[in-house]
Formats: sequence, C-alpha cells, structure tokens
Amino acid sequence: MKVGVGLPNTLPGVSGEVLVEWARRADAGPFGTLGVLDRLVYDSIEPFAALSAAAAVTSRVRLATNIAIGPLRSPAMLAKHALSVDALSDGRFTLGVGVGARRDDYEAAGVAHGRRGAVLSEQLAYLRGTLDDSGVGPARPPIELLVGGSSGAALTRMARYGDGYAHGGGPPRAFASAATKARAAWRDLERPGEPRLWGQGYFAFGDPDRGSAYLVDYYAFTGPFAEKIAAGNLTSARAVRDFVRGYEAEGCDELILYPTVASLDDLDRLAEAVS
Amino acid sequence: MHVSVVGGGPSGLYLAILLRKTGHEVSVVERNAPDATFGWGVVFSEETLGALRDADYPTYLEITDSFARWTSIDIHYRGRVLRSSGHTFSAIRRTHLLAILQRRARALGASLTFHQEVTPSDVDGDLVVAADGANSVLRRQFDFGSSSVPQGCKYVWFGTDLVLDAFTFVFKETEHGLFQVHAYPFDEHTSTWIVETTEPTWRRAGLDTMSEEDSMAFCQSLFAAELGDHRLMSNKSIWLDFPLVRNEHWHHGNVVLIGDAAHTAHFSIGSGTKLAMEDAIALANALERGSVESALVDYELERQPVVERFQQAAGDSAAYFGRVASYVDLAPIQFAANLLTRSGRISHANLMQRDPKFVRVLDSWFAASATGTPLLPGAVAPPPMFAPLRVGGTTLRNRVVRSVSTPDLVDAARAGAGLVLTGFVAVAQDGRTTPDCPVLDDSWAPVVKEVHDTGALVGVRLGHAGRRGATRPAGGVDVPLRDGWPLLSASALPYTPFSVVPAEMSDTDMARVRDDFVAAAGRARGAGFDALELDLADGYLLASFLSPLTNRRTDEYGTEPLRFPLSVVDAVRSAWPGLLVARLTAADWARGGLSVEQGIAHARALASRGVDLIHVRAGHTTATSRPEYRRGYLTTLSDRVRNEAGVPTLVGGYLTTPDEVNTVIAAGRADLCLFDPLPTPLEEVGA
Repeated sequence: MKVGVGLPNTLPGVSGEVLVEWARRADAGPFGTLGVLDRLVYDSIEPFAALSAAAAVTSRVRLATNIAIGPLRSPAMLAKHALSVDALSDGRFTLGVGVGARRDDYEAAGVAHGRRGAVLSEQLAYLRGTLDDSGVGPARPPIELLVGGSSGAALTRMARYGDGYAHGGGPPRAFASAATKARAAWRDLERPGEPRLWGQGYFAFGDPDRGSAYLVDYYAFTGPFAEKIAAGNLTSARAVRDFVRGYEAEGCDELILYPTVASLDDLDRLAEAVS
Repeated sequence: MHVSVVGGGPSGLYLAILLRKTGHEVSVVERNAPDATFGWGVVFSEETLGALRDADYPTYLEITDSFARWTSIDIHYRGRVLRSSGHTFSAIRRTHLLAILQRRARALGASLTFHQEVTPSDVDGDLVVAADGANSVLRRQFDFGSSSVPQGCKYVWFGTDLVLDAFTFVFKETEHGLFQVHAYPFDEHTSTWIVETTEPTWRRAGLDTMSEEDSMAFCQSLFAAELGDHRLMSNKSIWLDFPLVRNEHWHHGNVVLIGDAAHTAHFSIGSGTKLAMEDAIALANALERGSVESALVDYELERQPVVERFQQAAGDSAAYFGRVASYVDLAPIQFAANLLTRSGRISHANLMQRDPKFVRVLDSWFAASATGTPLLPGAVAPPPMFAPLRVGGTTLRNRVVRSVSTPDLVDAARAGAGLVLTGFVAVAQDGRTTPDCPVLDDSWAPVVKEVHDTGALVGVRLGHAGRRGATRPAGGVDVPLRDGWPLLSASALPYTPFSVVPAEMSDTDMARVRDDFVAAAGRARGAGFDALELDLADGYLLASFLSPLTNRRTDEYGTEPLRFPLSVVDAVRSAWPGLLVARLTAADWARGGLSVEQGIAHARALASRGVDLIHVRAGHTTATSRPEYRRGYLTTLSDRVRNEAGVPTLVGGYLTTPDEVNTVIAAGRADLCLFDPLPTPLEEVGA
C-alpha cells in the first residue's frame, strides 16, 4: 500500500503560497499521491485548479481527485479538466469521481440532484468511449479512473466503468466492509483481476481541535454524522500509524490522508509518521 | 451531571446503575408497575457475558446465579428429536432480572418512579436517555431517521410449566400450514414457549379472529404431544408482528436512544436484551471519557456497527422462519444444519468446534447420500465440498466450480475444482460481447482434453450477448465499440444510454439464433465438453425475453416470455445429451423487474424441459439494477430456487473460503458453489 497526502484545497482561506509549498514538500516526501476533495458551495479551491498548481511544482508525486463530484460538470468539461491535468503533470493524474453528498452543490451548478447517479454513469460512459471521437483534447493515454459510492448501484457503476474504488473514509473495518463489496461487484461484472482500492482519512497534529471544528463545519450538512467524522480525525503519529496498518491489512492500495488544518508543520510531522 | 432515563427496562436500569457508580444523579421514570411483565424469560444466546461482569460485578453475580443454563438445541422435526450440543445459552425470568436491577439501582441511590407516563416536554437533565422501548415516545420528538417495520412471521409469547433442558424448536405441520415453536427454560419451574407461523397460515387457522383464550387452547392442543401434561400460560399473550426498529442517528442534542428504542433484533436470535445492556455499558464508558457531546458520538460509533451485524443476522434468521415450510423435505440432519446456520453467524467450521459429533454425522450423511450408500455407524467423510455430485448423468468429483478465462481453465482444474467453466463463449460471431470474446468454433478439443487429464469436468458457457454485444474489450464493460455490429434483443431498448439500440428480433432472427445455439451445442459435444451452460442471465439475449423490463413485445413472445428461450432450450436439449446447466436470472433487483417468485417459476419451467442444474444469478437485466453486495449475496436466492423449485443449483456471489462453501452445500442452499479464492502471499511461500 502507498500512503498519499491531501492538498489543503478545501480548508477555508488557504493561500496559493501554502498550497504550492505543500505540493513541493509532498513531492519531496514519502507520499505516493497528492489528493484533492471537491465542494462547490464552500470556501475551497477548485480541485482541478489546485492540481494544476501542484503539477507545476512537482515532478514525481501522483495527483488525484478523490473524489471530484462528476455531475457538477458536463461530461466534456470534466474530460477537458482531467486531460489537462494529466497533460500538465505528464501522465501523473488519477481521476476519482462520485456523486458527492450535497444537494446545494447541485442547486448552485444547476444540475438535477435526483438524476445524479444516472448522470455519473453517463459521464463514465463518455470518458470510456464517446470521448475518443469527440475532438475534446489533449489526447492522452487512458487515465486511471476511480469511482466512489456505497450503494449497490454505485458499486455496479464502479465495476462497469472504473479501474478501482474510492472509499469515502472511516475506520479500517468500514473500509474492509466496503472493499469486500467492491471486490464482489468486480467479480459480478466479470472484470479480470482486482479493483484498485483507495481509502482516505483525516489528520491534524498541532491544533487538533481546530481540525475537528473544520470537519464538523465541512460535514455540517450530514447532521449528527459530522461529529462522527470529526471523531475519526487522526491527531497523533501513533493514531496515523495504526490507521495505516489497519488499511494495509484490509488490502488498501492507496491511502490518502487529508489535512484538517493547513499547517506545513503538520505535513512534515505526517511525513515523519509514515516514512 | 443529572441524567433522566425514560423507561425502566433492562437498558434503562442498567445504565442508571452504571452512572450512579460514577457519581451522576440519575432518575428513572417508567410508565408501568415495577413488576409488570411483557412476555416471560429473556434469553442470552451464544455470548459470553464478560462485559456485564466487568461493568457491575454484584448484578453480574445475582443475574448469573439466577440463570437457567443449557448447551443443547433440540429440534423436533418429522416426529423425531434431533439434539445438537456444545452451544451456550442462558436465560432469566424477565421480572427477576428487572427486580435485581431495580434493587441495585435503588441501593446506589438512583431515583426510580413507576406508573408515570412521560411527556417529552417534562423531561429535563444534562442528558436525557430514551430507554422506552421499540415504541419509544421520546424518540418521536426529534428526527432520528427512525423506521419501524414488521419483520418475519406472526408470533405469540406463552409461558409453560414444562421445564425444558435445551433450546427447543418444534416444527409442526398442520392442514393450515407449518407452525414452529421457539422454547427455552428460564427458571426451575417455567419455560418460554413462543409459537410462530406465517400470516397466511395464521389466517387459514382462523387465529386472526380468535380470542386470547381460544388461541391459547389452539396452541395447547397443537403441541399436546410435546407439552404432555403441562399447560401453556398466557400473559397478555396475543399474536404480534415483530417490529424491526432502526435509527439513522442515535442522539440529538442531549437526547440519546438506547436498547429497543435505538434498534431491535428479531427474537429468533435471542440478542435483544444483551444488545440493550451492552448499549448501557458503552454509553456509560463513553461518558467517563469526555463531554456529553463527544460521548454520544463515541457511543454511536462504537455501537452502530455491532448492532448492524446483529440486525443483518436477525433479518436472515427471521426470513428463514418465514420460508421454513419449504425445507420440510430436507433430511433431518440437513434440516438441522440449515436451521443452525440460518443467520450466518454459525458456519460449518463453527459447528465443527461446538459439536464435532453432529458435524461428523452431517458430513458422513452428506457423503453417503451423495454416493447413494447407507450411512454406517462411526462413519467419517471429508467435508461436504469434497462430496461428489451426481447430476445430469455425470459425476463431479467435488462441489467446487471455478469460472475462469480460457487460458486459466487447466490450472483451475489442477487446483482442485470438480468442474471448470469457461467465461462467456458466443454461439456465433454476432453474439459476441467484444471482439475478443471467444466463439464456440472447432478449436476447443485440446483444452477439454487437458482438463480431463486432471480429473475435472469442463463446461462451456454458451450465450448470445444480445444488446450487450459489440462492446470494447478493455477499460470497463458495456462501452460500445466505435464500429460494432448490429445487435439483437427481445425489444429495441439499449442497455445503457450510450449503447447501440438493438433490433427487435424477428421470427427469422429467432430461427437463426436457435440454429446457432444448436450448431454450437453440436460443436461442444464434438470437443468433448462435459457440461453445457446456457446463458439466460445478466441481460444477454435469452434473458432479455424473460424480464418485463426488457421484453415489451406484444406478440406471443411478449405474452409468453418463456416461449423463445424455452424453444432454444428444447432444441439444445435434443442436440446435447450431457449435463445441461441454465445460467438464470432469479430476480432483476430493479423496480418493475422480475421478482424472485417469477424467477423460481422460470427455474421450474426450465427443469421441466430437461435442464439439470440452475446456476442462480440476479441483477444486470438492466444497467441500473441494484444488487446488495456482501459475501454470499446470491445464497438466499439459490436456497429458494433449490428448495422451492426442487432443482439442483450452482451459486456464486463471492464465496471466497472453503468454510463458506461447506456451509452452503451442507445446509442444502446449493449443490455446487462457484469458488472465488482470494490471492494470498502464502501461496508463494508454500510454492
């Protein structure tokens, strides 16, 4: 399993300077991938823009949306963003997509929330097929495609179109249960081999209370569930290492740890904890 | 901190005890009398009660001193009693449990008030605990994402002065249908005696209109043989529906749900009281660690996954008792194995640990019946997955089936499978899924011979892709080719929004495709295949006729959905003398789609036309089907097809361990399992 780190692109008020320095240090550190999250109606940096900035100052680390809320963009526009980041990073990009969880993002984007699953399927079919003859470029070799979601329909969609599964976070046992379902779906669709399995977690070392307050705010739309997510914030090197071991034992291929405070010190401490 | 507990059942009282011990002020309000009872004894099955010992030793001692304990399960079935041992059960009279908890709570200084109805607005405290049961009044004041739906059969809870020495199941066939009893002792004088039956049987027996006395008299006489001179006792014993309670959230502000107010688990797994008391422990411990706010989050995080597992098992158990009438043809030992493994919590390997004699006889009986030989005293046999299977005039060396791509067939056979199946092989070029999809041409004899040299049998899965044809070979499935070929289906509906629209099959198309199947069957015979698996699943061509979602025809092929598929089966059956398997969609798992009952009817129709074995599949009739993936997610469907249509089955559904296979096969849920072994580095070490 490889461990990646999130860019602080959804932490309110993050500066371009911190974001770029974060990417630089991650590139020099022990991380496999730099991940970004996606929210529209929030004080956050657009994920493809954030990765473009990161692409410019990195040469080794992979870049991933984990996930981008696909249906907020038209299929062609989503493809354009993805191909562009892949070209700018010389093929270091992984596209993770899902339907997201927030109704207001859909309202702001003018996209029907009720059709989100169907729209995501259409986007995936477009990315896998129609795109080839669309003239939408730059032309790139196939980009690794991850799909998120936990329902039977989402897992079927993942196995039909994806290269792997992007889990939404939680303790290792929650990942284990989702991974079993993802592998079962993969077999069910008669895909060869195994799906790539990506997990995620949150961390803050220097100011854990601030990190947890951010998570409660970021996930406020989930109601009481926000507190549960915040309770999972990893606040010590030992907690991170236990979490990493837990995910590795359950067959995770790539675990991305997202900051909950945009502190470069926290990033350095994470690098130390996982190396 | 002041804590208000609403409800004086086991969870509320136990929480009061634990919180008093850590110095909180606790008041418990209960609407009923302190000695009011609903039902009789409560049972703790399968579990050690170490958590209770650690949480409060005095009550642990008093409770366990009062326990009735036993280790056996008696199954009264077809006039005989079969006993399985090595299990762990204990039970206690409910009023006695409450009295112990009340005494201790009072002694520790909790305030207990009975006979007092609670209006939510009157309750205050730093923490308000809704421990007021499945019909919680307190729960209604906030949005917990609550649901309460009836689960399983009709049931009624009696007591009896017959003192049992085992957990006792009685299965009793009547002119109205099957009744079953769940009974267990709970003190030296009394046992709980729960009678259960499906709603249709309950109505046929007239129990829906009977008085309480008449219904008890009915049960007394129904179980006269088992009860002997003993009598049933009523305690407001009326027929009930079990309410399955779930809540998305277990707390709101400073109000928290515990016990039945938060969740219920069907009585047939005997875990409700244990879960309720464990809730109290988890909540009390969480409150020791931090603020009320973070404690309620911790409590929920700790308990929800545990409860979900129990609710899954309880749901499987409740569903089992809803359809148990379809198992009355199973041999007693297999009926017992099916019953004991019904909830998924006990497997063949667990039974082997608990009751080695039972499993020795089960395995020996299974091997003997598989080979048609008598079961001899002292017999030993390998586990059921290694029993041969005689089906369709041929014999498989074991119950393990692997479905792999053509280059891996020989290795899968060498790895021990009894039967190896190819992936999808098209009957003709235009029936391929992708340009790389194999076709049943004349090239297959050498691989068949190589498999035969390993001692395994080999089958070919023959199909026509229909509207799922002409797709790209890599990077996903169902992505249409840039320049494909024309597609056929029952109706002109594309599989995905981007798929090519197929042509509705004409009579000429049907005749040609039928001929293609027959010709391919002839080539399969020539190549030496042992089994031919006709693909009537996953939305491919033959399946497209079977579902109302994909067959919108108004001609005779629409009004009789089986007409064309059966004509193909008939034609293939005449050209193919060997083992004929149908890979069949037993349910669409989509709104407006094929139901399980229709799927079972289809299986029955296929069996009547000479199909030897049904490979049970589900979903994928449309691209928007909604499977519920988990290990063994197809097993219940296979069980129903096998036992309701009376036809041997093969089932997959992500069975990854030998224990899962042994359990499915031993319990009669399938005759063969598609095995998906998980890769492990140990194989490299062992190689």
